Amino acid sequence: MSNASFFMMFSTMTIVTAVTAYFFFKVLFSKPNPEPDSFSENDDVPR
Amino acid sequence: MSGQEASGWGSRVGLVLAMAGNAVGLGNFIRFPIQAIQNGGGAFIIPYLVCFLLMGIPLLFVEWSIGRFGGNKGNHSTPFILHEMDKRALWKYIGVFGIFTNLVVAAYYCYLESWTLSYMWQSIVGTFDGQTQDQVAGFFGEYTSLNSVMPILFWVLCLFMNTWILSRGLSGGVEKASKIGMPLLILFGVFLAYKAITIEKGQLGAIEDGFKGLEFLWEPKFDSIWNTKVWLAAAGQIFFTLSIGMGSIQCYASYVGKKDDIALNAMSAGWMNGFVEIVLGSAILIPISIGYLGIEGVQDLVKEGGGFGLGFQTLPYLFEQWGSVMSVIAGIAWFGLLFFAGITSSLAMGTPVMAFLRDEFNWKESNAAWMFGGLVLILGLPTVLFYNYGVFDEFDYWAGTVSLVVFAFAEIILFAWVFGMDKGWAEINMGAEIKVPKAYKFIIKYVTPLILGAILINSLPDIWENLSNKKSKEKIAYYQDKSRITRLHHEQEGIMMNKYGSVIQRLDSSKVHLYEITTLKMEQKDSIKSFIENRKLKKDETYRLEKLDHEHKSVLYKNISRVMLLLLWLTIAYGVYIAYKKRKTA
Repeated sequence: MSNASFFMMFSTMTIVTAVTAYFFFKVLFSKPNPEPDSFSENDDVPR
Repeated sequence: MSGQEASGWGSRVGLVLAMAGNAVGLGNFIRFPIQAIQNGGGAFIIPYLVCFLLMGIPLLFVEWSIGRFGGNKGNHSTPFILHEMDKRALWKYIGVFGIFTNLVVAAYYCYLESWTLSYMWQSIVGTFDGQTQDQVAGFFGEYTSLNSVMPILFWVLCLFMNTWILSRGLSGGVEKASKIGMPLLILFGVFLAYKAITIEKGQLGAIEDGFKGLEFLWEPKFDSIWNTKVWLAAAGQIFFTLSIGMGSIQCYASYVGKKDDIALNAMSAGWMNGFVEIVLGSAILIPISIGYLGIEGVQDLVKEGGGFGLGFQTLPYLFEQWGSVMSVIAGIAWFGLLFFAGITSSLAMGTPVMAFLRDEFNWKESNAAWMFGGLVLILGLPTVLFYNYGVFDEFDYWAGTVSLVVFAFAEIILFAWVFGMDKGWAEINMGAEIKVPKAYKFIIKYVTPLILGAILINSLPDIWENLSNKKSKEKIAYYQDKSRITRLHHEQEGIMMNKYGSVIQRLDSSKVHLYEITTLKMEQKDSIKSFIENRKLKKDETYRLEKLDHEHKSVLYKNISRVMLLLLWLTIAYGVYIAYKKRKTA
């Protein structure tokens, strides 16, 4: 594999994977808003 | 507005996965790698990421904001979401595109999705065992020519699955499907990518290393970034891949509460789609194909049938080289991955239609879902029955290409210039869990509309060419003029036989397929193909008349499908008018 292809592939894949993981983990581990929010799974009283 | 029970999301992760599933489609694995190799290889990623940052992300912010804004006022489909932003009549009729596009795209997309389900089944029962490459490719032709009832059965099954999931609501149906489909899709993708890049030259019939395919795809041709066509291809890919301009993002976002975040959710779903497309999409189709067919072979096949040709006509044959057990596993993984990518998108197409029926006519969720399924069945029939006459492509062109750009352009003008950028910016930032860079205020107001306007203007000649059936008319003129075909053949005969006599003889005796001859350049192969076609047209009158008849029928069916699409748009617009009257009297 040429250096240019390797550099393009490696840098793009690393950046895209890192940014995707960063945003997804932020969603995953963010504190839920106080009720009532948009999501039914964490409701105190079922809808 | 709705008198029905509230629909909504179960969890935030579910919403993000559903949004990502909406964006991730067959194009991520089949269209993106082909676009990349045709538009500068690794250098394509530069215009691609620039378009993502300047057009994709701004439109994601805009569509999520529009959706949440409308949803908090009780509207979940684009006609009345847009009406909520500006009361002038024009906008609610622009919003018709947000229902129209979803219905029409679902009509042909579900057929495509059913191929993946069917091919998964064919892989399990061993249909492709021991078949030659031509036989595997021929199976696809036979399949789409409807020589058996199987395609219809799988199509109806696929529609039924979509409708049944939709009838279970957002959290009970769409969200659950996304929570199962997206992780499985990524798992299958990682498995296939690993298999692809570990292909070794000389092992199991491979003629190249899998890495050679990655090198071919990622080799940057930096000259290409000065080519406007490459930029248009990148912009088109961003449109296609993010499902923007459809109306489905607005509908999903309309179930998010006023104080809940949309900025982080939009970024998470958008980048997840990017990950699937760039990281997984580039590591499967091209590396496997190049491993077994070489660069020349892949270039030829891409020219003949594009990514779909490779994905459906070639990969099942290549999987067979991995042995009987692994070929079944790979077939399930590849077509399963495509199926999950497809179904999570087609489910998103159902929700705006259902939301319109629920909000405006008080339909129950399950009834609205079955109505959607019924409409897709009726609308999809022409694409199934007349697939080989270009009806499928016609639906894709008007709904899956033109409508998207028109609607996206209109909505960003409404958001930034009519609703007002200050109000719009406040909407984007309300409840935001990330700091949206201020540059996006400028980008949304000036840069994105300019890019969209340029795309729209640039596509006008193409729209006219399509409307006037230019290509079909040229073909008809060609097939009609028998003396021209004869003259052309005579002109070519001496030269071609002198130059490529031995190749033509080998092709005639079916000992070899044109793509297998790696000593010829692409242009040389094109001349040989055109020579063989002219010879057949000259010699075989029935063949010429068949071709002529096929083109005449294509024009007829395409014209009928355009009238059908126009009538559908007008019917939805009439539905919006009735709903508006109903609201006024309520």
